[in-house]
Amino acid sequence: MKIMPCPLNGPRNISEFVYGGEVTSLPDVETAPDKEWAEHTFYAYNGTGVAKEWWYHVASGYWFIAERHRVTDQILRTYDPSEDRTLFPAAATTDAAAATQPSAEAVKEEITE
Amino acid sequence: MPFGLLKYGLSNNYPFEKDADLPPPTALKKRYDVVIIGGGGHGVATAYYLAKYHGITNVAILEKGYLGGGNTARNTAVIRSNYLTSDGVKFYAESVKLFRDLSNEFDFNIMYSKRGQLTLAHTDAAIRGFRQRTEVNKHFGGKTELIDPQQIRELVPTLNMNPGHQPVLGGLWHIDGATARHDAVAWGYAKGATQRGVELHQLTEVTDVIVENGKVKGVKAKQGSAEHTIECGIAVQAVAGHSSLLAEKAGFRLPIVTYPLQAMVTQPVKPFLDPLVSSPAFHCYVQQTGRGELVFGGGSDPYPLYNSRSTLELKEQLLAHAVELFPFVANLKLMRQWTGLTDMTSDYSPIMGLSPVENYYLDAGWGTWGFKSTPICGKTMAELVATGKVPELIKPFGADRFSEFRQVNEMGATAASH
Ligand SMILES: Cc1cc2nc3c(=O)[nH]c(=O)nc-3n(C[C@H](O)[C@H](O)[C@H](O)COP(=O)(O)OP(=O)(O)OC[C@H]3O[C@@H](n4cnc5c(N)ncnc54)[C@H](O)[C@@H]3O)c2cc1C
Repeated sequence: MKIMPCPLNGPRNISEFVYGGEVTSLPDVETAPDKEWAEHTFYAYNGTGVAKEWWYHVASGYWFIAERHRVTDQILRTYDPSEDRTLFPAAATTDAAAATQPSAEAVKEEITE
Repeated sequence: MPFGLLKYGLSNNYPFEKDADLPPPTALKKRYDVVIIGGGGHGVATAYYLAKYHGITNVAILEKGYLGGGNTARNTAVIRSNYLTSDGVKFYAESVKLFRDLSNEFDFNIMYSKRGQLTLAHTDAAIRGFRQRTEVNKHFGGKTELIDPQQIRELVPTLNMNPGHQPVLGGLWHIDGATARHDAVAWGYAKGATQRGVELHQLTEVTDVIVENGKVKGVKAKQGSAEHTIECGIAVQAVAGHSSLLAEKAGFRLPIVTYPLQAMVTQPVKPFLDPLVSSPAFHCYVQQTGRGELVFGGGSDPYPLYNSRSTLELKEQLLAHAVELFPFVANLKLMRQWTGLTDMTSDYSPIMGLSPVENYYLDAGWGTWGFKSTPICGKTMAELVATGKVPELIKPFGADRFSEFRQVNEMGATAASH
C-alpha cells in the first residue's frame, strides 16, 4: 500500500486521493495568444525529476500540493496551496511554513534517477 | 544433438545458427541514410517497409534493450478498428487489413486469430455512443454491429448479464476484432528487414540527438561503455514510453504524459471464451489466449510515473470488476503480471509525422493502443521517410494539431479497451 502524507488528514492510503495534474499558473486571460493557451493546456512536465502536482483527498474534499519524484514515486513534500508563493504571493509569509510538513525529512534523501 | 550441446555448453561463444532468422550482430557504421531509434514493432516495421517498398536499405535500427522487449512484448494484443472518428477508423481499419496477410508475407506465423471483439453497454448513453461508432465503422471500412442481450448470451454464454447490478443492455460487436502473437510481429518484421540489408543493433542506446541549424545530423549511441557518433540523413524516433525524453534530447517538447499500464494472465484453462470482451463502465477487458490463459487489462495507472513497478491496488480493482463479469474466474490463480510505460496524449490519438527538427520524424503518443497499428504505422512512416511528404492517412495525427486545437478525440473509444 502506498501512503500519501496529506497535510490535512495525515498519512493515508493513496487510493483515497485523486491526481489533479501539474501545478502551473494560468496564462493572462485577457492577453494570452492561442499558442500560449495550447502550451498551458497540452504541454505538461513529463521529465524524470521532481514534479509539483495537485492532489485531492476525495473523502474530505481537500486539494493540496505534492512534490513527487517521477521515477522513484517518492513523495518528497506535501503542503496546503496557501503556502505556495507562486500561486498566492500575498498569502505566503514565512519560509518556515513548508518545513513543518510531515514528509520534510524525505527531502534530504538523495534521489537517483 | 547432445554432443553439440555439450560443446557449446563448455564454450564461451554463443553459437550462431547458419539459417537463424536474424543475422549475427555487426559493428556500427559511421553513417546511415536512415537511423530508426527504438527496435519495437513500430521501428522494425518502418525499416521493413522502407526496404521492401522503397529500396532504402542503408538503415540502422538502434534498440537500447532487445528486439521487441518494450511495449511490443507487454501489450495484450487487441487488434480492432471500431474507433469513433473517421480519421481514426480509416487508419486502424487499414492496419487490421494488413495484419491478415502478415504470416504469409513473413513466412513466419504471427498467430493472427480473428475472434471478434465485444464491448458491453450498461447504460442508455453507452448504447447511443455505440450506435454512432457502428455507423462510422461500417462507413469507413470496419465490420461492426450493435447487438442485443440475447445475441450477447449466445456469443458469450458464460458472461454474467447482471454484473455489479449494472445489467448488460447491449453490445458493440466488432466482427473484425482479432489478436496475434505480439512478439512474432516484431520478429517477422525484423527478419524481413534484415534479410533485405537493414541492420538491427540491440543493446545500443541513443543518448543524444545531434541537431545543426534545425536539421538532424546524427545521433550519439552507447553500447556497453563504448560511445559512438553515427551520422544520418534522416532519423525516426519510435520509442513509445520514452518519447518525451528522446524529444528533449532533440530539443523540443511533446504533448505527452507518461503513465504505467499494468496487465496480467491466469493459469491456463479449457477454452470457453472466443471473443475479446471489454466493459468501459467496469474499466476492464478479458480475453482467452490460444494457450487457454485469461488475459486481464484495463486503463493506465491513476498518476504519471516512469517506473514499471506493479501495484496490488490496481490488480484488486481490476480483478474485482473482472470477477463481476465472469464470477467463476475468482478461483483461478494469476500466473504473471507486468507493466509497460505508455506515452499518453490528451485526445487518445497518436502523434505521427514531422517534428520541429528537419528530417527528424515522430512515431509517438501510442499510449495504450499502438500494437494494432504496427503494420500501418510502419508502412506510412516508411512512405514519409522515403518521400518527405506526410501520407494522407496520417495527416490528422501531426503534433501541431494541439497548438491548432484540432484534436482527434478517441478517448471514449479507447479508455478501457486499448
Ligand atoms: C500492458 C499493456 C497493454 C497494452 N495492450 C494493447 C492492446 O491490447 N492493443 C494495442 O493496440 N496496444 C496495446 N498496448 C500499447 C502497445 O503496446 C504500444 O503502443 C506499442 O507496442 C508501441 O510500439 P512501439 O514499437 O512504438 O514501442 P516499443 O515496443 O515499446 O518499442 C520502443 C523501443 O524503444 C526502445 N528505446 C527507448 N528509448 C531508447 C533509446 N534512447 N535508444 C534506443 N532505444 C530506445 C525501447 O527499449 C523499446 O524497445 C498496450 C501496452 C501495455 C503496456
